[in-house]
Amino acid sequence: MHLIGELSAVLATALFIFALYWMNDPKTARHGVIAGVVGMTVAVLATWIQPEIIHHGWVVGAIAAGFIVGVPLSRVPLTAVPQRTALSHAFGGLAAGLVGTAEYFLWRGGAATAQMTHFRMSALAAEVILGFLTFTGSLMAAGKLQEVRWIPQRPVTYPGQNFVNIGVLAIAIGLGVAVVLQPGAPWAQQAFLAIAALALIFGVLLIIPIGGADMPTVISILNAYAGLSAVAMGFVLDSKLLVTAGALDGSSGLILSIIMCRAMNRSFTNVLFGAFGRAQPAALAAGEQKVWKQETVEGAAQLLDQARNVVVIPGYGMAVAQAQHKVRELYDALTKRGVTVKFAIHPVAGRMPGHMNVLLAEANIPYSALVEMDEINPEMPRTDVALVLGANDVVNPAARYNKGTPIYGMPIIDADKAKTVLAVKRSKNPGFAGIDNELYVQDNTWMLFGDAKAVLADLVKQFGGGGIH
Amino acid sequence: MTPTDFGSMLFVFVLATFIGLGVIRRVSRLLYTPLMSLTNAISAIAVVGSIVVAGADHPLTIRILGAVALFASMTNIVSGFMITDRMLKMFKKQ
Repeated sequence: MHLIGELSAVLATALFIFALYWMNDPKTARHGVIAGVVGMTVAVLATWIQPEIIHHGWVVGAIAAGFIVGVPLSRVPLTAVPQRTALSHAFGGLAAGLVGTAEYFLWRGGAATAQMTHFRMSALAAEVILGFLTFTGSLMAAGKLQEVRWIPQRPVTYPGQNFVNIGVLAIAIGLGVAVVLQPGAPWAQQAFLAIAALALIFGVLLIIPIGGADMPTVISILNAYAGLSAVAMGFVLDSKLLVTAGALDGSSGLILSIIMCRAMNRSFTNVLFGAFGRAQPAALAAGEQKVWKQETVEGAAQLLDQARNVVVIPGYGMAVAQAQHKVRELYDALTKRGVTVKFAIHPVAGRMPGHMNVLLAEANIPYSALVEMDEINPEMPRTDVALVLGANDVVNPAARYNKGTPIYGMPIIDADKAKTVLAVKRSKNPGFAGIDNELYVQDNTWMLFGDAKAVLADLVKQFGGGGIH
Repeated sequence: MTPTDFGSMLFVFVLATFIGLGVIRRVSRLLYTPLMSLTNAISAIAVVGSIVVAGADHPLTIRILGAVALFASMTNIVSGFMITDRMLKMFKKQ
């Protein structure tokens, strides 16, 4: 029995590594899912057949419940994928926190098989803190992304916020150290529960000052935490398989966090403790109040029709409006007329890493037309029309020179360098980060106000029956 | 589960992290969203811990904790793999 367990763990580990390896190319990526499913099934069965598992009804019931909730969660619209991802980090954190709590009380009750060394107790404390803070933090993030009514969308800040946050975490860690040193003391049980409660509170406090534009980074960081909590669980349970899988998840979250931070020119600490999107200190100098010029749909269609090459810059606005299928129709109409259409993807466009790519792939836009920021920027001065579609901060030229703006230093897509800019925007208000965008008042920029989907539908109509021939 | 030397667990952790960094670095930028749902499903391997807590001969409260954890992990496994496949299908058909 023991040998079966060990061998299946090795097999599952190898399959998980292959699963991630195959993700290096969209052509092989689906093999990765199969490898992952096989690895998971092997590991679950090998655990289940161990003789110590006697309450099979409980296992079956919980697994069935997981299917009942999991299947609908996998069918959400792709625009809701960021929320689903945050929710899954929450579930991962919850599982780690609960198993950690159970292990501690089992050990106190004298039923645990393994010895509670200082090392294992430290891992247990880490598991519970990481697990529970990931749980509430990710729930908050999911709530913000889903725009749940009673969760504030805008960052919530108050004086001394960082002091409070760090204080709560410090108390939790301090109690953790105390419990590690005296795990069997009479007060340790209460201290343990207090650690769990503080971690739950810390997760909420950590996320409330964070705004929507920072979500790609925050989701990545929470991903890393969820992975680390699984690693800690592996240390507690003596499971090399868990440690490996958790480390793979954690390193993925770490790499994505680094990429996201770099794409915003900010540090981890700045994202977590910087409270983005507060009221902006006088951005435009007085007397320099420029106004935007509005374009009609007919005029915009003319511009696009006369262009040789068009670069579409999608952002969160496209996702909100579910406009990706209309984008595809416009892409078809323009391509048919011999216009070269490319899509410029900023790493932090949308609400999670890769968000735009998935939405455009859903609409069947070939992924060869999706171009990274660094590759497209040299082409922008030769671009006839840049069509900004619900993107805002990632095309704001102020990021290059205006030290007063929170996005200063962030690499942007050089939409402003195109010969003509067409910007589709839902409202005349600033974007999620609450920053004015001077791209919109440039001499060569024309605005199209309205819901991205509706505006695109009108544009496509121009190419179809009536307007342009 | 036999108690293993803590040092060897640390060893596994460090090596796995390096493998993870090496492999993830090569993942196509197009696929970051499915990557996140895939790694999330994989790290739900924590399910093996939950099965032991929920299914072994433990007091009732402990088993309830285990069953909730098992449910949470299982949700991640099912929805994680399924949505990853759904997204990857869209990339593959081109």
